[in-house]
Amino acid sequence: MSATTLTLPDRRDARDTSTDRGFRWLVTAAGVFVLVALGAAAFSMLWGGHAALAKFGVGFLWSQTWDPVGQQFGALVPIYGTIVTATVAMLIAVPVSFGIAMFLTEIAPKWLRGPVGTAVELLAGIPSIIYGMWGLFVLVPVLGEHVYPWIDSHLGQWPVVGALFSGPPLGLGMLTAGLVLAVMVIPFIASVMRDVFLTVPGPLKESSYALGSTRWEVVWDVVLPYTRSAVIGGIFLGLGRALGETMAVTFVLGNAHELTASLLMPGNSIAATIANEFTEADSEMYRSTLLALGFVLFLVTFVVLAAARLMLRQLAKREGR
Amino acid sequence: MAGSRYGFRRAKNVAAQFLAILATIFGLFWLVWILWTTLHNGLASINLALFTKMTPPPGETGGMLNAFFGSAVMSLLGIVLGAPIGVLAGTFLAEYANKTWLGETVRFVNDILLSAPSIVLGLFVYTLVVAPMGHFSALAGAISLGFIVLPVVVRTTDEMLRLVPAQMREAALSLGVPQWKVIVQVLYRASLPGIVTGILLALARISGETAPLLFTALNNQYWTTDLSAPMANVPVVIFQYAMSPYDSWHTLAWAGAFVLTLFVLAVSLAARAIVARNRIRHD
Repeated sequence: MSATTLTLPDRRDARDTSTDRGFRWLVTAAGVFVLVALGAAAFSMLWGGHAALAKFGVGFLWSQTWDPVGQQFGALVPIYGTIVTATVAMLIAVPVSFGIAMFLTEIAPKWLRGPVGTAVELLAGIPSIIYGMWGLFVLVPVLGEHVYPWIDSHLGQWPVVGALFSGPPLGLGMLTAGLVLAVMVIPFIASVMRDVFLTVPGPLKESSYALGSTRWEVVWDVVLPYTRSAVIGGIFLGLGRALGETMAVTFVLGNAHELTASLLMPGNSIAATIANEFTEADSEMYRSTLLALGFVLFLVTFVVLAAARLMLRQLAKREGR
Repeated sequence: MAGSRYGFRRAKNVAAQFLAILATIFGLFWLVWILWTTLHNGLASINLALFTKMTPPPGETGGMLNAFFGSAVMSLLGIVLGAPIGVLAGTFLAEYANKTWLGETVRFVNDILLSAPSIVLGLFVYTLVVAPMGHFSALAGAISLGFIVLPVVVRTTDEMLRLVPAQMREAALSLGVPQWKVIVQVLYRASLPGIVTGILLALARISGETAPLLFTALNNQYWTTDLSAPMANVPVVIFQYAMSPYDSWHTLAWAGAFVLTLFVLAVSLAARAIVARNRIRHD
């Protein structure tokens, strides 16, 4: 055995080892980059918004003022609008999504499940600006001329809830924004629910059917309890999207900095305020306020999305994945 | 007594099924309505000038050539910036850090980044790039799109690599192939269609993103190839034109929306087709 035949593979070994180490460093750096990205996003908005937060203090969160000329800002109107529109959206989207998921997993004949499922998922892929344009040019006139006058003259007269449903039929407003948001998040929630329902073991459902359960009883008493945490996770995922959605809401919300009880009146949301006013913000304080609003939005969606992921993971763990 | 109880259960079942079918029709109704509106208004306003002329001043006719070009440039640049880091981070999750605390944390944070509001990423890139540079730029737009591409690619790469059978890794490693070579030459090859699908899905997503571009690339009425200047792009042009009071701008916005929707649907369907074809081959 000569020395050269030994050193050649040795040298190659050494090279492979160092490349291996380099590659490991490279992928680890990329992984850590993802962590850093999220942290940096939060920090950058806090940094940009600290001037506003320092000036207005915690009261920023519940002050109604919005005066770009006098440099006085409060976040209550956008926060209120965000919560109201997202609530309206979830009230519509959750039952509908549940119905779609039930249809796709239990009721529909096999040949129909694929195409309908695909169609629902495609709805999720349409850019939000298209929803916004459609909302502004098509939905707003229809609602303003045909639906809202009826709501105003009927539901508007009821005690207690009447205040929510009375107002001039502008077509724009928080109810419209909530409806467009609902249409946007239905595909998300429905496809998560369907995927989750499909993880229920066949024997579990079959035993229930064998005991004489109806389809509804199987879904409500077997499928839903088995998948409860993941279903709530899917709903939270939709909520996270509804809270942060920008373009669709900006088009139909009406951009009004007023606090009104009526859902038929224009309002504002955090995302819509930022989108409408950021490029026009002409002072440091104005821009800092909008970044502080962005930070608030980030915190809220972070909490909602983190809860969603934790609950989705719970089912995945039970599945042994 | 027993008969009426059975009748009640049956009635409840029928009602529930009826409502579920109604919910599905309700969901599909919007899809058809939105697509029909976009198709109808888009076809009416589409013409050759759309692809040959620049965005016009108010009241005049024109096209969106500069916006299409800007969108293409920024989307491709966004993919170029986001996808490689995404593939590497996905590799980290699947091959190096699976079931470690660091890996689980990265995966968790990535999932949050995946559904984080894009407007937040736009503000982030604004403070990161635009504010220090002092002006809006196409490069900042591309970076913000890159941050949207990143989590999509991380997720699909991670999932696709974990689908590769362990025997393939073991076979390659037992031949003495170093790990990086196993990953690059064996695993990437096996999961290439999945990774490409992820990149296509990311492309479909960023080509319609408006909010982040609003704070980074802004808009430009003229043709430009300068990456350090504001650049026109389809979503922001649609936004500004649709919000304007001019009819000729509305027409252009619909034409742009039509092309954008068609592109996004085509890319998503292509991504699905790749997945479907590969699933069949594996079975």
